[in-house]
Amino acid sequence: MRHKKWSSFKESAIKALFFTSGILAVLVLLGVFLTLFTTAIPAFREVKLTEFLGNSNWDPTSPEKAEYGLLSMIVSTLLVTGGAMVLAVPIGVGVAAYLSDVAHWRVREILKPIVEILAGIPSVVVGFLGIVLFGPAIAKLFNVGNGLNALNGSILLAVMALPTIISISEDSLNAVPRAYSEASLALGASRWQTLVRVKLPAGLSGIIAAVMLGMGRAIGETMTVLMATGNARSFPNSIFDAVRTMTANIAIELGEVPYYTTHYYALFVIGLILFLMTFAVNLVAELVLHKYQEREQ
Amino acid sequence: MKKTPIIILITVTLLAGLLLGAKMIQVKGSDTMVNLVQILAEEYMDKNPGTPIAVLGGGSGTGITGLINQTCDIANTSRDIRPKEIDQAWDKGVSPKPFVVAVDGLSIVVNEKNPVEQLTVAQVGAMYRGEIKNWQAVGGGKQAVSLYGRQSNSGTYVFMQEFVLGNKNYSTDMKEMNGNAQILEGILQDEGAVGYVGVGYLFDETGQVRKGIKILKISKEPNGTGYLPTDKAAVDSGAYPIARPLYMATNGKPKGAVAAFLQWIVGPEGQAIVEREGFFTIGEGKYKAANDKNFK
Repeated sequence: MRHKKWSSFKESAIKALFFTSGILAVLVLLGVFLTLFTTAIPAFREVKLTEFLGNSNWDPTSPEKAEYGLLSMIVSTLLVTGGAMVLAVPIGVGVAAYLSDVAHWRVREILKPIVEILAGIPSVVVGFLGIVLFGPAIAKLFNVGNGLNALNGSILLAVMALPTIISISEDSLNAVPRAYSEASLALGASRWQTLVRVKLPAGLSGIIAAVMLGMGRAIGETMTVLMATGNARSFPNSIFDAVRTMTANIAIELGEVPYYTTHYYALFVIGLILFLMTFAVNLVAELVLHKYQEREQ
Repeated sequence: MKKTPIIILITVTLLAGLLLGAKMIQVKGSDTMVNLVQILAEEYMDKNPGTPIAVLGGGSGTGITGLINQTCDIANTSRDIRPKEIDQAWDKGVSPKPFVVAVDGLSIVVNEKNPVEQLTVAQVGAMYRGEIKNWQAVGGGKQAVSLYGRQSNSGTYVFMQEFVLGNKNYSTDMKEMNGNAQILEGILQDEGAVGYVGVGYLFDETGQVRKGIKILKISKEPNGTGYLPTDKAAVDSGAYPIARPLYMATNGKPKGAVAAFLQWIVGPEGQAIVEREGFFTIGEGKYKAANDKNFK
């Protein structure tokens, strides 16, 4: 009798603990959003939304006239992230398909942990590789003066997004019921046909979610792009231009900005936009993943 | 054996007490000065073991903000403290007192393959404002100018903007690098590059000018005599046009350990280290007079 009482108490205690941790995560998210929002709002007293989103010139410390245009930075962020996805998606999905369908199990047992280790490389190290390895290589290969540009950032972010894309895509390919591929093979389809026409479409929502999560990581990455893309404030005309992303700009300026000035608040506006962007990307990823899990059941 | 944990606990408590008891001097600011001040602090601590000193970089702006918010005792700054910052400091009851500890000749550096040897201050300014876009316009080869500079939290960035760009905007094409070392790294690999760094960064460990870079002679007037920032006499006399004092600023008149440290730096021992590290000494002129006034 006593034993039973104790175990039911234990169960409700553990339930309460898990509930609190879940609520805590939500509270932290809400807190971050509210802080960003309330600190960003005062910026709009002096700078109009049209200036933030319509002007491409950012120069708050200018001795001539302070300007707060974010257009160049937003476009730069999208350019670097987009470039990273162009590189990472084909490679990532290819590796995932290879791992789940083609590779011998022994090869897979070795390759998968290696891919996962790639996720653990600190971003400063990746950024350093960008300066000493990819930068000079890009300069030589494309015959441009230097390799501190958007392309360099894209390559590095692709490297950083790959583990996420590979890992989740492979899981979703493995989750495709065996009966699908067995049926396809039994109908006389080759393994290639089975992979491309049956398994990839069946696992597509998982792959899209993987890409979205990789993209969320790429948009938010700071140190790597800060080191490798040159941080020029001008509007990017090509992938060979030096660019400054939103994250890099916050990292550069937040340390020295005098508190409670328009410049300070404007940096939080950038943070807010960045938050909304990653939030949207992650939300889409979750919705797609959710839909996919529902269909499975 | 049972007593061991208690003994450990007591030892740890005593050690912690000792560490907290000794007042640590916190120094923060200019990246141009961080190596110099670090070495000064180490040599000073060797001679005065009772005074721990911690030196951090982050840029002149970061140091001054630290002094205003009272998170450091001394701010290193490679530019003057702005009137706006002094106002902010006064609002918080802080009155910054700057001391000149060394003089820096800001050097304009290009890739060694660049044929240009000399520029005027106006030409450098026009390049950084984005008005001169090709080396041909200043007597060089047909190559696009690729600008390297510091980020806006750097005193060097602000000094260049005030004294060379004539308080005009930097070209938005300038690559904004994370420090002097990264600017040099960029110049080494970029034949069209031009960058600005403090003289302390021009030399390698053996005291030779680093391989792969070229320091430009700078003149005040077109066709005037150009001088190198490594020429001590030219910097001292003011013939080299882009030189600046480096400051260490305190809150109010320095007292106790902080005052002793600063006195030692501007004294003969400290100045010998300043010279050894590739900067110029403050000399006997106006900087010394200003320091003496602030110490009183």
